[in-house]
Amino acid sequence: MAQLDLPAQIPSEASASAAAFASALLDPDRRTPAQVAGPDGKAAEKRYNVYRNNVTVSLIEALAATFPATRRITGEDFFRAMARFHIRASPPTSPLLFEYGRGFPGFIERYDYARSMPWLADVARIERAWLDAYHAADVPPLSLQDLAAIPPERLGELMLVPHPATHIVFSPYPAVSIFAANRSAGPVGPINATGPERALVTRSALDVTVRTLPPGGFAFLDHLTKGKTFGAAVAAATAASPEFDLSANIVGVLQAGAFTAIHQGD
Amino acid sequence: MATLATQPESRVSSQAVRFPEHAIAARVGTSFKHEHLPAILDDDSYTGFFEVHAENYMGAGGRPHHALTRIRSDYPVSLHGVCMSIGGPQPLDKLHLGRFKALIERYEPALVSEHLAWSTHDTTYFNDLLPLPYTQATLSRVADHLDEVQEAIGRPILLENPSTYLIFNESTMSETDFIRALVRRTGCGLLLDVNNVFVSAANLGFSALDYLADYPLNHVGEIHLAGHAEQQDDEGALLLIDSHDGPVADAVWKLFGIVISQCGPVPSLVEWDSAIPEWPILKAEALAAQAVLDRHARSTLPGKVHGAA
Repeated sequence: MAQLDLPAQIPSEASASAAAFASALLDPDRRTPAQVAGPDGKAAEKRYNVYRNNVTVSLIEALAATFPATRRITGEDFFRAMARFHIRASPPTSPLLFEYGRGFPGFIERYDYARSMPWLADVARIERAWLDAYHAADVPPLSLQDLAAIPPERLGELMLVPHPATHIVFSPYPAVSIFAANRSAGPVGPINATGPERALVTRSALDVTVRTLPPGGFAFLDHLTKGKTFGAAVAAATAASPEFDLSANIVGVLQAGAFTAIHQGD
Repeated sequence: MATLATQPESRVSSQAVRFPEHAIAARVGTSFKHEHLPAILDDDSYTGFFEVHAENYMGAGGRPHHALTRIRSDYPVSLHGVCMSIGGPQPLDKLHLGRFKALIERYEPALVSEHLAWSTHDTTYFNDLLPLPYTQATLSRVADHLDEVQEAIGRPILLENPSTYLIFNESTMSETDFIRALVRRTGCGLLLDVNNVFVSAANLGFSALDYLADYPLNHVGEIHLAGHAEQQDDEGALLLIDSHDGPVADAVWKLFGIVISQCGPVPSLVEWDSAIPEWPILKAEALAAQAVLDRHARSTLPGKVHGAA
């Protein structure tokens, strides 16, 4: 994390040395910094390149670990080239690599060579959400019984607290089916889905789950996770899709563990 | 052997002790990899310890903490920080230091270590252990950073020597002088990475034995062993890469034996972070290290081969 008081606190000599060393690490057009050498005055280009290589390759590996389905879809060479461009444009700003890659789906969306795969960015969004869910705090989910204890006339005004692992992803493409087909190591079967898909990514215990939301389910969850009332969420879901099935959606999101508690309005 | 850095000086009084205090003296360990967890839980014969990279456990919850809790219940754990950027010129990341401290309070590791290196500059995290020039100015800055870390966590840390590929023209001190001065000024202990010594010696054309003769071995609280890879420099000469992707080289085993004969059966760890083998292969490397420790423990501490285990 950047320290705002940084310039005043750094001894200029040490700072300049580190800045010179750092400046060429992610920039192949820059020359080897002048302050480094091999033993006995030997050249240091390949020696400095060890660090360059470590930086770029380890960050590509980090993106590959976070986005395995994306990599499987594009193939290894395509993925590495795309990741390298992204790393140079947007290197990590946190030492926690599991936080890295939040800008990668947006980068994929603008990446010229990926234009023929317009759903690829959404697959990456699901993968990014998957990792957030994987590392999210452990909180017991709200159960159907908890909700059943609420008198029906109070349901409309209550609000639900989303589980810290809960994320929803909206895609105009069958991104969940494509994600699921490419996420495991097994052979990729036929993908029959063609329409838009919305994903619910969450984790009620240790294993992350990715589900396709039924019609209206995205609007329902979008409202609930933003702290809107149950009544407002139902209205939005019904407006989004006349097929919205309230009881099936309630059972589905609670079985998934998408919420942790009930806030009752006044 | 100095033990100052191998045990917490005092427990955090407000924190209930939830884990047993497994002894780590004279034991060997391996990197802990999640894919090995089922095999480790089925393995009744392993008596070593496990080392984890601190940053992998800085998420809020989920499987990483579940796995580390299982491991920490049954084995001593060494917490190895990778990206505190102690060797850099800019102030330490207070948020990161807070996360490091919280992990130590939560898991009560037997050993805590970090690197003589830097990885963040301005706002960019480079995800590599980058080298620093050895001067009075960098010495003073690194000593301040070590003081800050040790003050924050309430115990000394073990500082690891780097693997290096080049030298800085501005350096005015040797690495061993630099490390010795840090020990004197901050009271930190040392994590001696024998593979790093071998790699740096080969790359920079010095003698690994001379380095070890000049290194403050009596402050070593942990030893690292790892495999390295071979490349070539600009002149076509051998350039060794600290790759952690294979077995420990024979020459590094020899150096390890020499180190152990001089500083006793210090906790020793086999690192393997890439091209990770099945658990039995990693365990066999650890057992090879244990044989070296036991040989020396027998000659100096009869009847206490496995420490307090």
